[in-house]
Amino acid sequence: MKKIKAAILGSGNIGTDLMKKLQRSSVIELTTVIGIDPNSDGLRKAKEAGFHTISNGLEGFLQQPELADIIFDATSAYAHIEHAKALKAIGKQIIDLTPAAIGPAVIPPVNLHEQLQADNVNMVTCGGQATIPMVYAISTLYNVEYAEIVATISSRSAGPGTRANIDEFTRTTSRAIESVGRAKEGKAIIILNPAEPPILMRDTIHCLVDRTIEDEDALIASIEEMVQKVQQYVPGYRLKQKPYIEENRVSIFVEVEGAGDYLPPYAGNLDIMTAAAVKVAEEWAKARVTV
Amino acid sequence: MTKEVIITEVALRDGSHAVRHQFTVEQVIDVVKGLNAAKVPYIEVSHGDGLGGSSIQYGFSHTDEFKLIEAAVEHATFSKISVLSLPGIATTKEIQRAADIGAKLVRVATHVTEADVAQQHLHFAKNLGLETVGFLMMSHMADTATLVEQAKLMENSGADCVYVVDSAGALLPHQVGERIKALKQELQVPIGFHAHNNLSLAMANTLVAIEEGATRIDGSIRCLGAGAGNTQTEVLVAVLEKLGIQTGIDLYKMMDIAEEVIAPLLPTPQEITKDSLVLGYAGVYSSFLLHAQNAAQRFNVDSRDILIEIGKKKAVGGQEDLILDVAQALATPIR
Repeated sequence: MKKIKAAILGSGNIGTDLMKKLQRSSVIELTTVIGIDPNSDGLRKAKEAGFHTISNGLEGFLQQPELADIIFDATSAYAHIEHAKALKAIGKQIIDLTPAAIGPAVIPPVNLHEQLQADNVNMVTCGGQATIPMVYAISTLYNVEYAEIVATISSRSAGPGTRANIDEFTRTTSRAIESVGRAKEGKAIIILNPAEPPILMRDTIHCLVDRTIEDEDALIASIEEMVQKVQQYVPGYRLKQKPYIEENRVSIFVEVEGAGDYLPPYAGNLDIMTAAAVKVAEEWAKARVTV
Repeated sequence: MTKEVIITEVALRDGSHAVRHQFTVEQVIDVVKGLNAAKVPYIEVSHGDGLGGSSIQYGFSHTDEFKLIEAAVEHATFSKISVLSLPGIATTKEIQRAADIGAKLVRVATHVTEADVAQQHLHFAKNLGLETVGFLMMSHMADTATLVEQAKLMENSGADCVYVVDSAGALLPHQVGERIKALKQELQVPIGFHAHNNLSLAMANTLVAIEEGATRIDGSIRCLGAGAGNTQTEVLVAVLEKLGIQTGIDLYKMMDIAEEVIAPLLPTPQEITKDSLVLGYAGVYSSFLLHAQNAAQRFNVDSRDILIEIGKKKAVGGQEDLILDVAQALATPIR
């Protein structure tokens, strides 16, 4: 099968982790890494790995647009707004890993099949990728009146962008809990824990449903089935405890161990974002080939 | 020159934990009227976990906190109303709303090592013209050098004052002294101190903090705060008076409110129980207390074992979900 060409915009933690993952893809051919700092660790690593590197941002790519059909944007929400316009104009498909959220939110096992022809999708947040599949799994059996997620990540895995714009995380995540997770009301909480050695990402999903949960086994089966779907692209995604069920409330405890591509395995939050983005690109690539 | 200390009364915020976030508008009005008449300079009103804290994770509020803040503002003709914001739980939207209904001070709280996360909220509050405080929680978990560096981040982000917050009530007097002294040397803005009485050291620690130069102090009347409560405000007012330190607060009126308004509000009198003692001993966030007791009952395990385990895991403020997880694990040991 002919591989589809892709480029990564942004050479920070996310961009570099994406690079490592795309090197393993059988359907995507990473050709180019685009940054704005020629001395960045990410661009240096890209060059070493033999990729074409561009150090003057999107401008440089627009001069050689044939280098890629799918672009991963791992810059910032602010920059993405400009990138999205310019790339759409030349017919590129964009996977947005910033909180800009211009395009529809995508959580692969939930709604990727609806977005195979989209020109811009948003990957929500790490907390959203880790929790919304669980909210959705509950929503297949009950109406979820309220869903609240608590994402606890190690301090070391939270970059300066996340820290300076912490509200973007809460807003973008709670919106997607509603739009993709199908909860009537969504709430998101993020906690940074500085413990050493760094803790694995943990996520708790609390839901209130429209009636008393009688068939616990059916609910747990739905949750476990969804866990397996996520595990297909994030092998370190797992239930930490048996879900806690009481009347119309269910609490699910998840742990995410990363693949350790760029940051060590504790940064499951980074891993689940990049792995989900790669999954989107691969499904897009397959859809292009079969069309 | 007479020494002055500015007191913030936190019973209507920190005390929210002790009443499982069940404060009503009537209760808030009664308390605020009393504190206002006693000339308490600042009164904090919010969910125990700050704005937006009403949740499954921390407990739902009985009454929307903005209704409580609004009622407090209306009756605080002298006192200024403060709110608490924990970035990651609250957003600037809630700060905006609190400011719109008359809050004058926002305290932006982060774990002691995560001060840069406060930047967005501090900037936002400053731009609204609010007074701002940087609130470094769980201060016992960082050494003095780290605390100073983090406090400077708060100061540089626009905090008008930076607090050392002993959320677990785990600090010993000499540790408080060392921290406040270092901050006094390195920072330009005033320094504050917030204690919990889990090891019966709230008053002693507060006095050391004042001796080393802290000028903003938190108290909770009748110890109405999380865990064993905070420095007992009316007692602090009396002690400071004996030391010749001015608070501007009417001692007799404070004693009356404590006895007549606050005591009847308390589900049980605030004392140092075995669980609150363990909070201070193991260095656990004080609001975990009631959640750990609930989980202990549900899974038939000792609440102290839960809290000790949480301390070992180095949990930070807000990680209440860890309690259920730990309790379940204790109840079903791996064979």
